[in-house]
Amino acid sequence: MWDWHYAWSILPGLIASLGTAFSATFWGFIIACLGGLVLAGASRSRITAVRLASRGFVQFVRNTPLLVQLFFLYYSLPMVTGIAPSAFLTGIVGLGLHFSTYMSEVYRAGIDAVPKGQWEAAKALNFNGRQTWITVVLPQAIPPMIPVMGNYLIIIFKETPVLSAITLVETLLTAKNMTSASFRFFEPYTLVGILFLLICLAMSLLLRVVEIRYNRFTTGGKKESRKPAERRTNDKSANPVANREVYPG
Amino acid sequence: MHTPWNEFVPLLWEGLLVTLEVAIYSAAAILLSAAGGLCRVSASPAVQWLAKIYIGLFRGIPLLVLLIWVYFALPFAGVELPKVAAAVLAIGLNYGAFGSEIVRSAIQAVPPGQREAAVALNFTPAQRMIHIILPQALVRMLPPFGNLLIELVKATSLIYFITLSDLTYQAMILRNNFLPSTAQIFGLLLVIYFLLSTVISTGVGWLERRLTEGRV
Repeated sequence: MWDWHYAWSILPGLIASLGTAFSATFWGFIIACLGGLVLAGASRSRITAVRLASRGFVQFVRNTPLLVQLFFLYYSLPMVTGIAPSAFLTGIVGLGLHFSTYMSEVYRAGIDAVPKGQWEAAKALNFNGRQTWITVVLPQAIPPMIPVMGNYLIIIFKETPVLSAITLVETLLTAKNMTSASFRFFEPYTLVGILFLLICLAMSLLLRVVEIRYNRFTTGGKKESRKPAERRTNDKSANPVANREVYPG
Repeated sequence: MHTPWNEFVPLLWEGLLVTLEVAIYSAAAILLSAAGGLCRVSASPAVQWLAKIYIGLFRGIPLLVLLIWVYFALPFAGVELPKVAAAVLAIGLNYGAFGSEIVRSAIQAVPPGQREAAVALNFTPAQRMIHIILPQALVRMLPPFGNLLIELVKATSLIYFITLSDLTYQAMILRNNFLPSTAQIFGLLLVIYFLLSTVISTGVGWLERRLTEGRV
């Protein structure tokens, strides 16, 4: 049932197809990060309409399947707007929009985790809004977000096979095309599974290394900082942003 | 352009039933996650490792790849499953792994003093788990399990790939029949999924309030 010869012959093609998956992941992640920032900003807006619109968008997109959103973007929008972007472009926009709603929660949690006293101190020092954000809030809000965002990078990578539904020739569709040429299903699909598993494991190992490095950097070499609330350890439960989201798939 | 909304209803209704069928069977993954989570905090290192391997394996493989593997590749290994069984197996294994982590973290989040108090009161390990730790962990598990359930319903749209006639599949058929109404069909589909998720989150919210009544 397992033909090594055939498996070796298709492996280079499958590995090459990962390039599309990686670039879709990369661009999807960038769009998600930027979109998430916009959504997080909008949900803190002083204008009620903007706040409601942002929250409504987040709720709606989070509670509907990525696959259907992709179909909507790929098949419906061209009929409404008359513009038909490529499968790749639609795919990264779909991934980006879907995960921007998750990312906005990451930003929100990170910003909420900055102690209230920091805001008050900035006010007492007569900082304006921009100064408060750039010199006080964001430098404290961003470090705990890093591991969570890294997690979403892995999750986005794991969602790229869904893009095969809108005819983007990524790894899964490449494997499918191989099966229709050879009528052998076992090797291509098994190899795809193994490839994804290995890459996800490698990515999460890398993420742990980055996290440990970053924690060392942000605590300035000190083992323990003054207040327990500010303590950053490698233990994820100590991170106010981590463990807030579960996204399987 | 006139949209024949009433023509959409019968097919989408059939699709909804299939989606719900697969979602309800797959929710049995919760049992798998309970088992996985309990094994993960087991006293025996061997059992712990088994659970770790299960969780690591099925969290690293994308659900869609697993689903296609179970349905298209597994028959070549001599295991041929009907569509619904293949879908439930793939979704169940995948979500069971994520659920295991929820169960594990909820159990570990119970303050250690609770366990120590139970030891001091001479409870057996099983009594400790059933009477002291699980009731407290259960409350913590509910919100993440609610999210997981919503993700699960969203994930059932993937069974379209193995040509199970769920909501998404029926919408694709409708699209072929009423091509000019593509935007309306997919828009309606999004709204249906949104309503399903809303029903789940309302239900879980109600359950959470019921279980946390009188607790601090």
